[in-house]
Amino acid sequence: MKCHLPKLYLLLSLILCGIILIFEKNISPYYYQVIVYIGINIILASSLNIINGFAGQFSLGHAGFMAAGAYTSAVITSSMHISPGSLASYPAFLFSLICAGIIASLFGLMVGIPSLRLKGDYLAITTLGFGEIIRVIIQNLDFLGAARGFTGIAKLSDFFWVFGIISILIFLVYNLINSTYGKGFLAVRDDEIAASAVGIDVTRYKVIAFVFGAFFAGIAGGLYAHFVTYINPSQFGFLRSFEIVVMVVVGGMGNIIGVIISAAILTILPEALRSIAQYRMVIYALLLVIIMLLREGEFLGGRFNIKRLWKKSPAET
Amino acid sequence: MLEIRNLHVHYGAVKALKGISLAVGSGQIVALIGANGAGKSTSLRAISGIADVSSGEIIFDGIDITNKPPHVIVFAGISHAPEGRMIFANLTTRENLEMGAYLRKDKGEIRKDIEYLFSIFPKLKERINQPGGKLSGGEQQMLAIGRALLARPKLLLLDEPSLGIAPILVKTIFQKIVEINKELQTTILLVEQNAHMALSIADYGYVMETGEIRLHAPASELAQNEEVKKAYLGM
Repeated sequence: MKCHLPKLYLLLSLILCGIILIFEKNISPYYYQVIVYIGINIILASSLNIINGFAGQFSLGHAGFMAAGAYTSAVITSSMHISPGSLASYPAFLFSLICAGIIASLFGLMVGIPSLRLKGDYLAITTLGFGEIIRVIIQNLDFLGAARGFTGIAKLSDFFWVFGIISILIFLVYNLINSTYGKGFLAVRDDEIAASAVGIDVTRYKVIAFVFGAFFAGIAGGLYAHFVTYINPSQFGFLRSFEIVVMVVVGGMGNIIGVIISAAILTILPEALRSIAQYRMVIYALLLVIIMLLREGEFLGGRFNIKRLWKKSPAET
Repeated sequence: MLEIRNLHVHYGAVKALKGISLAVGSGQIVALIGANGAGKSTSLRAISGIADVSSGEIIFDGIDITNKPPHVIVFAGISHAPEGRMIFANLTTRENLEMGAYLRKDKGEIRKDIEYLFSIFPKLKERINQPGGKLSGGEQQMLAIGRALLARPKLLLLDEPSLGIAPILVKTIFQKIVEINKELQTTILLVEQNAHMALSIADYGYVMETGEIRLHAPASELAQNEEVKKAYLGM
């Protein structure tokens, strides 16, 4: 029975997403927006966690994948003239999100291939550059609105879509990492030579991590585009990638639950500090430093174990 | 079982192996001894496909495995316990062992093999749910050997199993190596700086020096050889 438990959780959380949908009309638009942002950031951070946390390939180009997905899905739904609420909007949106994922994962494949030769800082710089390339290309494509941005996207994202996709993503990641196949990612992260010595195809794992991570980043981009209804290239700059990396690092590389919590906290934090206006980012930065100091040891250790969130890291004890 | 002919390996401009040839017979323990930088580890890395071969041939069971990717070589039946142990620090002992059986699909047999392994290395059983990085040096070495064994190799490559291990444990580990060789009929190619220990358990020995095979003879003869005695046995 135990092996069915995750599936049961998946079903329950999907039903829960449906129920929440009934109440969403009663939530003030501001909180509604913040909650959707939290959801999108959870998807972004969890998908980056596959690349950075599990496979150990430090990527700084996640916003690029997100942009690829956002524009792909926006182009698809706009060309189909989907209006929100109509019956056709649901399959059409699903289709656009899947396409967004596929296009983003193609970009993931393109970044994944150089990653076979690069490690650590060099890989981080390459992925950073790649993310910027995607952004700059979009900025110069006139049919995508170039720097003016892409307007008139139907508002299709809602609680159900965002949290439904989170449920599926977490279900997939959880099952993947607890399978022998998925442990291969952890093995590649811990020691590439030893991993190949036990028969793991290191090359394939690295590429799969990028493709899988980019797929969900693309979907997150699609959700984002259909929530804000207006996208422009500057929304997918380096800072966005950096925010996602911070969420993963604060949550603990390879810690599924930690990353979800940190994505939520780091989305709420700047909003909660809005009342003190100009000092907002100073305090935000300060809090980040404090968080990192408090859980410094968790950098490399800790993975998908809820207890480790509160436990001291192995390095300290 | 394994035959190497005129093997050359370069690391950039540095020649690590300058045409070595050696043979390992089925069921044997063969020791490869020599000083630091002689190319012992490189030889193993070339066999398991981790290092690129520039020329020469590696034939395993009649098949040419030169420059095949490492996972293909593991599948063919060669398992490598790399130098410095290289266990997965964040995976538990059990997970480390399971990774060793990565290419196998027979779950029931894997479990049996793990149980068998615990009978050889009882220490590992006590540490089963601890992360590999928290094990002691000796335990990590046992884990590395165990992990390599779980692929059910025909040929086991052991790189410096005595490196950084307490002297008392070294003896135990070498006893276990003999035990594995006898009971599982696993052929073993052993790279070792501790020449005395290595020659005491091996059937045949090769002495390496600066990327070349200097001498080779049955291990007992080699242990009596004046030159070897002077240079490697400290007598």
